Amino acid sequence: MAGIDYTRHAKYFLLQDFYQGMKLGIKYMFKPKATINYPHEKGPLSPRFRGEHALRRYPNGEERCIACKLCEAICPAQAITIDAEPREDGSRRTTRYDIDMTKCIYCGFCQEACPVDAIVEGPNFEFSTETREELFYDKAKLLDNGERWEAEIARNLELDAPYR
Amino acid sequence: MADFFFNTTLGTILLIIGQIFLVVIPLLLALAFLMYADRKIWASVQLRRGPNVVGIYGLLQSFADFAKYIVKEVVVPAGADRAVFFMAPMVTLVMALVAWAVIPFNDGWVLSNINVAILYVFAISSLEVYGVIMGGWASNSKYPFLGSLRSAAQMISYEVSIGLIIIGVVISSGSLNFGDIVKSQSGDLGLLNWYWLPHFPMLILFFISALAETNRPPFDLPEAESELVAGYQVEYSSTPFLLFMIGELVAVVLMCALISLMFFGGWLSPIPGLPDGIFWMIAKMGLVFFFFSLVKAITPRYRYDQLMRLGWKIFLPFSLFWVVFVAFAAKFDWFWGIYARWTVGG
Repeated sequence: MAGIDYTRHAKYFLLQDFYQGMKLGIKYMFKPKATINYPHEKGPLSPRFRGEHALRRYPNGEERCIACKLCEAICPAQAITIDAEPREDGSRRTTRYDIDMTKCIYCGFCQEACPVDAIVEGPNFEFSTETREELFYDKAKLLDNGERWEAEIARNLELDAPYR
Repeated sequence: MADFFFNTTLGTILLIIGQIFLVVIPLLLALAFLMYADRKIWASVQLRRGPNVVGIYGLLQSFADFAKYIVKEVVVPAGADRAVFFMAPMVTLVMALVAWAVIPFNDGWVLSNINVAILYVFAISSLEVYGVIMGGWASNSKYPFLGSLRSAAQMISYEVSIGLIIIGVVISSGSLNFGDIVKSQSGDLGLLNWYWLPHFPMLILFFISALAETNRPPFDLPEAESELVAGYQVEYSSTPFLLFMIGELVAVVLMCALISLMFFGGWLSPIPGLPDGIFWMIAKMGLVFFFFSLVKAITPRYRYDQLMRLGWKIFLPFSLFWVVFVAFAAKFDWFWGIYARWTVGG
């Protein structure tokens, strides 16, 4: 009876794999947990993290966006809609800046395309809503986001600047 | 007062109902925490935290789940046989609970001290298959039906080897009564007197068969979360589904109790000198349940043909051989007579 691996059969019938598995299982049972208590503790985020969008302002309160529509052009999901008119003082500004967050794929191309760092993807990823309509962001909402997250956004841009 | 309870019909019935509640309510309460323990053990082996939000350390998770199941809408599929559809989960739960009537928790602490207790448990656990078949058939859908056939085939296959393993223990103890089986395991050597030592291979076989019989991983083919939907439970929702789940878990705990009684000496103390008592029984059941959970966490699922092969081509011949071996060993007092410790007759 050549060719029969008796050791293997013996191991099979003595359930050796299961004893090893059980040993490993018990060992792992007492290891520190890999998961975190999410809503109470949060994992680290990279400065490059691409989360919820925000429209930024200059320190003097002027909107950064100049309605060049580069973000609208590059958006692969066509989630951005921009209308623009000259303002009373003659400067070119948006009258409408909508992002459909249900279309957005968070690729970050808009912030890459933006020549004045106006549209950025901030560190916020907890913006779930109860209705679909709430995810159709308009200019006011985006500017509001910019004000709320300005500190973090500015810090992240500064941290990431050496690598750009 | 004692006269009322022991000598009048009404009193006796009330006494029996009281005893039933004394068994069933602690059992179901313990079940809630066993479910939690099961999930916690499973989670820790996988380096997860498990339920930890509801109550301290998530201890009340099972009750939250219970409330959720209860308030959900009961969906009955069109064309389902309503009566059978609702009867199936009840059959599963009732059969699982009824078997506890003959399980002793301490010396004499048993609902009905009948002398064919093992036969009774065996018959009742065979009837549990009907819940599964009825559930699958009454759903009037092919997937639950196929799932129920698979489950039924699996449960029946492993009942055969479970029966033969039990026969070995019965030959050794000479009784079908759990109390007598436990008493025949008592002795001066504590845990070395128990049947796990002479019947060691059968302990492993019984444990694995119990996993298959109760549809636990690695034999949870009827459910098989990753590749099937849920076997015979596909069309069930809300409370009927909850009843199926409770029935299944009660059957698991029943298997823990059977293993404790037949192989680990029930309420007997493992160390000579320490008092016997119900806490030993509970501790042993807890330990066996821990291994049930651990196996769930560490094993990959078997394929259906592997399951059938294991049941019919390995377990059946091996347990049959063991019955013959034990019969000879008991008759001719081999191995210093450890296979023949009869309590009644002989």
